[in-house]
Amino acid sequence: MIRTAIVGLGKMGLSHLAILRAHPEVELVAACDGLGYLTNSLERYAALKCYNDFDDMLAKETLDAILIATPSKSHGALVRKAIDSGLHIFCEKPFVLDHAEGVGLVELAESRGLVTQVGYHYRFVATFGEAARLLRAGALGRVHHVRAEAYGPVVLRPKGSTWRSNRQDGGGVVYDYACHAIDLVHFVVGEIGAVSGVIRNSVFSRDVDDEVYCSFSAADGISGQLCVNWSDESCRKMTTRLSVWGENGNIKVDRQECQVYLRQPVAAFPELVKGWTTLNITELLPPEWYYLRGEEYSRQIDQFVRRVMAREVRGTNDFRSALSTDRVVAMIHGTLADGAAGESMQPPPRRGAFARLRQRLLGGAR
Amino acid sequence: MTMDRVIFGDNQFFGINHMSEEKARAQAIRFQDTASIIEVLDTAYAQGIRTFMCTTHERMPEICDHFRAHRDRYPDYRFYPCMPYAHKYANAVTELGMLGALRSFLPESGVLGTLIQGGKALATSDIESIGRMLVDAEMKMFAGLSTPVIFIQNIVTDLLLGLGIKDAFRIFSDHIRTRYQAEPGFITMNVPMLLDALDAVGIENPIVCANINKAGFRMSGGVARYEEILRTRRFRPIAMSIFASGAIPAREAVAYVCGLEQVESIVFGASSRQNIQQTSDLIRQLSK
Repeated sequence: MIRTAIVGLGKMGLSHLAILRAHPEVELVAACDGLGYLTNSLERYAALKCYNDFDDMLAKETLDAILIATPSKSHGALVRKAIDSGLHIFCEKPFVLDHAEGVGLVELAESRGLVTQVGYHYRFVATFGEAARLLRAGALGRVHHVRAEAYGPVVLRPKGSTWRSNRQDGGGVVYDYACHAIDLVHFVVGEIGAVSGVIRNSVFSRDVDDEVYCSFSAADGISGQLCVNWSDESCRKMTTRLSVWGENGNIKVDRQECQVYLRQPVAAFPELVKGWTTLNITELLPPEWYYLRGEEYSRQIDQFVRRVMAREVRGTNDFRSALSTDRVVAMIHGTLADGAAGESMQPPPRRGAFARLRQRLLGGAR
Repeated sequence: MTMDRVIFGDNQFFGINHMSEEKARAQAIRFQDTASIIEVLDTAYAQGIRTFMCTTHERMPEICDHFRAHRDRYPDYRFYPCMPYAHKYANAVTELGMLGALRSFLPESGVLGTLIQGGKALATSDIESIGRMLVDAEMKMFAGLSTPVIFIQNIVTDLLLGLGIKDAFRIFSDHIRTRYQAEPGFITMNVPMLLDALDAVGIENPIVCANINKAGFRMSGGVARYEEILRTRRFRPIAMSIFASGAIPAREAVAYVCGLEQVESIVFGASSRQNIQQTSDLIRQLSK
């Protein structure tokens, strides 16, 4: 059993708490939050040991792992304390607000051999996983463009009274929504190297951005666009979509479907026909042990638990992976220290390694 | 209290489709006018479907108004309300924080005053009274209509289940029985776990609505575990998502669920006369 505690009992924290408590390999030892009415009520009705002070909890409990789901601003300090206590750490996204601090924390956690993970749950949505698998295996040949979009109905009025309406605390659409889209780009086509043409607007908010758009470039001459807006009432909930174009076709993927268009069939994927193939989440999903809000939330916790049991330091969504998303956020905000923001984008090379790979996969079919 | 074999669902009306966001959007466009929802409900009614299982979505009050105004047309119509419509709360928590959200959904009350002072443990009576007030706020739209079964949505059932707050099920159940003279129902994606929790707080032979389909889609623990539970535990199952959002062909899907003897009712949603007729005919034909 992995002796685990959780700090931060907001919306995500309560959801994580429920999933952790339901996990057969986790012993949820204690929870911590500053709100007394919440912790006292959980102690009374959920028979859960609670603390109002993180240091107090660390001092008194013997733990293997900690889940941090506090407002983003506090992630850095809490992660450092957890590392110092030798705990494996699952931290909500974004990882930390200060990229430079994140660099130090990643190195520290890795040097101590700790298992780390950040809550980029979209990687655990079966459709996005399938898209990543197809793209990595070269189904589209050389990829040349990707569009990452996220829309949703979070801020629809010029009002707001939580930490999410304060940029310094990690509020705003970039931290809340765009992070997921950026992480998905990293997941399916590789790391973003530079951003340009950044547009950040407030639609309703006084202090934070409600929409963000930019161009970006990634390895192997891939260009891309990011379009994110959390003031879109026409979406029932957060809607995230990736569209990827390659020389052999394109893939459009969202939470429900992965639509693949292939110009030529690929031997490695006999299930994909020439033209359109649609893969649905219903056919891609194995059942979970416990379901709340979406399989991805259970799957990411399950992966973390398995990684802790196997002491697997590097893995999907580890701190190093999440740090690369923080880096892109810093570029978008224009705060990245190493000056990579605003670099001019390189035109894609005409012939490269991907073209050769495509040639190998497609043979002489084209 | 008996339940109809065939129950009509509402996902199609509110842009919810587990298969495709494009389809969901097309449905949201088609049903943005309440009259078009009523038209489909009328089609289902004409085919003998008398029970409408519906979320307490912000558009439901208008639909309820129609049924109140035309009681003579639907003398035997029943609603099975499912509460709450979770996105309404989730978005409010993101915007206003947990207390702010609670305050926006509840009428002025002394209990919230206590909460806002913070630091204090809430008395059992306070928690119960908040729970009851939230239920009553959601039930207002159904005033004067028949609501023989009232459900908690899976997002709340399963959250409480994971958190281990089993008493909430008891509070909900008692309130539904005494205040509304109705049967409490529980929607869940975690049937095995829920049945144990309901047992623990003494809720016997509960009405449980859950995904039951041949593909195992959103059936925590898997098909075999569900089949075993259906054989061995005492509860009143309503099967939903029997087509796994279209992944299973209609006849095969219905035959599977109808082959599970303990399943009392089947809830499905459809938009066209043809689909409503085909599915309800299949269920009646294979329920022998």
